[in-house]
Amino acid sequence: MNYLPNTDQDRSAMLRAIGVSSIEELFGDIPKSIRPQKPMAIPRGLSEFEVKKLVSGLSKKNLNLEDLSCFLGAGAYDHYIPSFVDQLLLRSEFYTAYTPYQPEISQGTLQAIFEYQTMICELTGMDISNASMYDGATAMTEAAIMACERKKNEIIISDAVHPEYREVLQTYAKSLGIVVKVAGHVNGLAAVSSLASLITKQTAAIIVQYPNFFGNIEDLPGIAKLAHDSDALLITTVVEPVALGILEAPGKCGADIVAGEGQSFGNGISFGGPYLGFLAAKDRFVRKMPGRIVGETVDNQGRKAYVLTLQAREQHIRREKATSNICSNQALCALAATMTLSALGKKGLREMAELNLQKAHYAYKKLTALPQVEAVFEAPFFNEFVIRLKKDPEAVNKALLEANILGGLPLKRFYQGMENDVLVCVTEIRSKEEIDFLAERLGGM
Amino acid sequence: MIKSELKYSKDHEWVLVEGNKAKIGISDHAQDALGDVVFVELPEEGDEVTANESFGTVESVKAVSDVYSPVSGKVVEVNEALLDSPELINSDPYGEGWMIVVELDDASQLDGLMSAEEYEAFLKEEE
Repeated sequence: MNYLPNTDQDRSAMLRAIGVSSIEELFGDIPKSIRPQKPMAIPRGLSEFEVKKLVSGLSKKNLNLEDLSCFLGAGAYDHYIPSFVDQLLLRSEFYTAYTPYQPEISQGTLQAIFEYQTMICELTGMDISNASMYDGATAMTEAAIMACERKKNEIIISDAVHPEYREVLQTYAKSLGIVVKVAGHVNGLAAVSSLASLITKQTAAIIVQYPNFFGNIEDLPGIAKLAHDSDALLITTVVEPVALGILEAPGKCGADIVAGEGQSFGNGISFGGPYLGFLAAKDRFVRKMPGRIVGETVDNQGRKAYVLTLQAREQHIRREKATSNICSNQALCALAATMTLSALGKKGLREMAELNLQKAHYAYKKLTALPQVEAVFEAPFFNEFVIRLKKDPEAVNKALLEANILGGLPLKRFYQGMENDVLVCVTEIRSKEEIDFLAERLGGM
Repeated sequence: MIKSELKYSKDHEWVLVEGNKAKIGISDHAQDALGDVVFVELPEEGDEVTANESFGTVESVKAVSDVYSPVSGKVVEVNEALLDSPELINSDPYGEGWMIVVELDDASQLDGLMSAEEYEAFLKEEE
């Protein structure tokens, strides 16, 4: 079977139609000197069967999380995804990344988005949520843009926020004239003292992560007070939202905008994407929020109906006033999150969060009891924590991989002075045996 | 309703001239055409506005519309009451519903505006 769409006859018909005799003549305007001098070294085509054999052979070189004990988190979390989620996602009614262009005709899609928004509001303690963003890093950055005004264009961000999230913020900020100031952590927590020293009249918002990049739980009420006393907003970014199953919602701790990553709910890790950004805020920011919001109303016969209530400025009208280029979104990923959260329910999510907490704390005790391992911070943590090794973390990880263990993240990649530190993540999926095996291996090094 | 002491623009803004300052709002006709106003976006004090360019936004249940400045100059007052009570534009477009006060750069720009009678005729024509 030939998969090339054009036959030689098709090509000559097309050339005839535009009045040139050959491909050579068609590209005649391109100087010979910059054209390839000889045919590209592409091997002859393979049959479907041969391709399948070749590619599945190559794919066997990959390791995947089904085969490994994963203790790596740092923004991507290995949580259980109920099997019905993928099955339902494949339904043709849902299987698109987009909200439809004629949205009201797709009541089911709109209802799913509405439910998603409701759940995000419940989890974050916010009044409004949009229909989703690209990922946690861009959602956090859009929150920062929402907070800025002409006379307030400074953002203070804790260095205990995910380093890659901070990079995305810096990238956007550069072209928007937003000044980003980074406040150092103290003992693994954003400290009011170091944040306060950076505040000026131009400070639009303080950004902290909850739980933070090191897994520690920030003192949101204290930081919120600092922000509000300085006429600035508190933006809280949540990269591991399973934590919200047991932690107080950021909105109840004084956050004004909550933005984060929803991958933990029903979305696979798969090389960093597609992920799911969520963005939620207090009511008064509704017109500064990018993206769209689905609302519930009644039709002319009084029946419940869903509509795109607010699509700020990105798409149809007044595009020149847009503050963001988000217009499509991660509707399918948001749907996966909605289905997962529906299946878990309030109680189930709490239980899942408790399992993460308990297993991580068991692992912490077990690992830090080893002579080869030292605890780094003493702050309360959720499902991630930092340990210091005696040996080079890269070498340790290599050895662990031979035992089918995916070790934690060596922090020297992002933080000076943390050369031997590793960020370890333990989710509900890890069994006691796996944790004990990790301890045994580390203890043997 | 058209108030005789005001000047009007083709974009349905009104101007009340007081010395070298101009108070600006939208006409009764404009608020009526927009319907219930639910949100108003205004410039900040100290901002410069330019004649025939947008200085703010009025969002009603029907549409989102730009509001154009009939004159150029510096914004010296902003009606912040509108941010919490945008409906003032509907209930009192020529009074409580004013939007901004501009210090005029060039008073001759006022010559291009319509008198109440001219505006009335302009509205009839538009129908």
